[in-house]
Amino acid sequence: MAFWVLLAIVVIVVFWAIALYNGLIGLRNQVQNGWRQIDIQLKRRHDLIPNLVNTVRGAMEFERDTLTQVMEARSRAVAATGPVDAAKKEGELTQALGRLFALTENYPTLKANENVKMLQEELSSTENKVGFARQFYNDIATKFNTAQQTFPSNIFASMLGFKPAELFEITDAGERAVPAVDLSMKR
Amino acid sequence: MLVFVAFLFFLGYGFDRFYMGGGTMPIPIGSVFALGLGGASAFTSYYAGDRAVLLSTGAVPLTDVGPSAPEEDKLKYRQLQNVVDEMSIAAGLPRPKVFVIPDPDPNAFATGRDPEHASIAVTKGLLDAVNRDELQGVVAHELSHVRNLDIRLMTVIAAMVGAAALIADWSTRGLQMGMGGGSRSRSRSKEGGGGAFGLIVLVIWLIAVIVAPVIGQALAMMVSRRREYLADASGAELTRNPLALASALEKIDRAEAPTASVKRGTANLCIADPLGRAVGLREGGWSNLMASHPPMASRIAALKEMAFQAIPQSQ
Repeated sequence: MAFWVLLAIVVIVVFWAIALYNGLIGLRNQVQNGWRQIDIQLKRRHDLIPNLVNTVRGAMEFERDTLTQVMEARSRAVAATGPVDAAKKEGELTQALGRLFALTENYPTLKANENVKMLQEELSSTENKVGFARQFYNDIATKFNTAQQTFPSNIFASMLGFKPAELFEITDAGERAVPAVDLSMKR
Repeated sequence: MLVFVAFLFFLGYGFDRFYMGGGTMPIPIGSVFALGLGGASAFTSYYAGDRAVLLSTGAVPLTDVGPSAPEEDKLKYRQLQNVVDEMSIAAGLPRPKVFVIPDPDPNAFATGRDPEHASIAVTKGLLDAVNRDELQGVVAHELSHVRNLDIRLMTVIAAMVGAAALIADWSTRGLQMGMGGGSRSRSRSKEGGGGAFGLIVLVIWLIAVIVAPVIGQALAMMVSRRREYLADASGAELTRNPLALASALEKIDRAEAPTASVKRGTANLCIADPLGRAVGLREGGWSNLMASHPPMASRIAALKEMAFQAIPQSQ
């Protein structure tokens, strides 16, 4: 009798361990996939920017500085190494692009141009995708970490060789700072 | 869902008890058989349903309609594709197929048996009515239906409603025949079931049989309404922007016209009730019992509440 009870317990534990292991492997693959997804979207953004610059160049002859800034920020972002560096350079690129888009507002012909509109849509969509890819990565990495760290799986997770995944954080202090908006009605 | 299974089980139990000879069978033959029939019809709709639905609404693949579109629509179509891509990245799902329905009423639905075979269709009217953020909210809602496997769930429920209706149908037929001929043998087996208690069960069961189709439908719609709230909430989790979906819903609500191209069977997969039934203002009315969607006002209120929760300790 005691033997059978013991056997049943062992079988249950083994099945539970298998389920845990497979669940963790699935989550880890999703985390890695999420990470790669961010890279894909960043690459796409880099590919789109020369198109945009070429399209607006003719009309925006006077804004040569801004255009070169965008191209320089882009090549720095392409050359970035490691996630921390990349996050910083991509942030600068976003800011340069923001300035360029703000300037196009001064050119009615550009604003009405279908090509420019399409490129703007593509670029803002790519920015969104980068953001959503990061959001998904953070969500799934959090899930992965929680699965490893909660009891009782925490006992086995490290034994099976799982390490917690790093979360995406804002690395640039400037990006984190809340913009100061002064709404007091000064007279 | 559990209520549903229990209800169906009760129907089947009664059927076996009073028609198959008072629970001498080891398994509930009647309900198993009815479920099998319902399941068979569900099975075909499970595998071919998405194509049938898309065909019946006249939906056109975005990849066909996009390139040949007039210049002012091209941007809209591009936006739709981009928004769907963004949302599938946010949800971590494969890209669904995107369809456009040439209908001026704003609406959208999702179909397909699992995330690998999912399709999202939006009407042209929706594309014209909402801005980019609102479109994102709508697409996130539809993609949430895909992610939560609501399509599969509603198919299973449709099968159960069908099974309940079948049992009820057989039973009422049996009763009519029972009036004429072999009621003697049946009443004997009934008494074998146990006196007063058996009689009470019989009465409750008879009532249940009579109202079964209605109750089945009401239960199905209750599940459908719950899944709508859930899709609203998990859609907002994807965009982190519940207010955009709320304002999209307001716009869809204002365009009251029924979506002519969407048939009744697809109703519970749409973002808003396509039949334009005037349900609505208060929660819990009788008309509400049969609605596939919760009242728009309470959905919008729930979304707005989410937005306020996002601001910690405002005041």
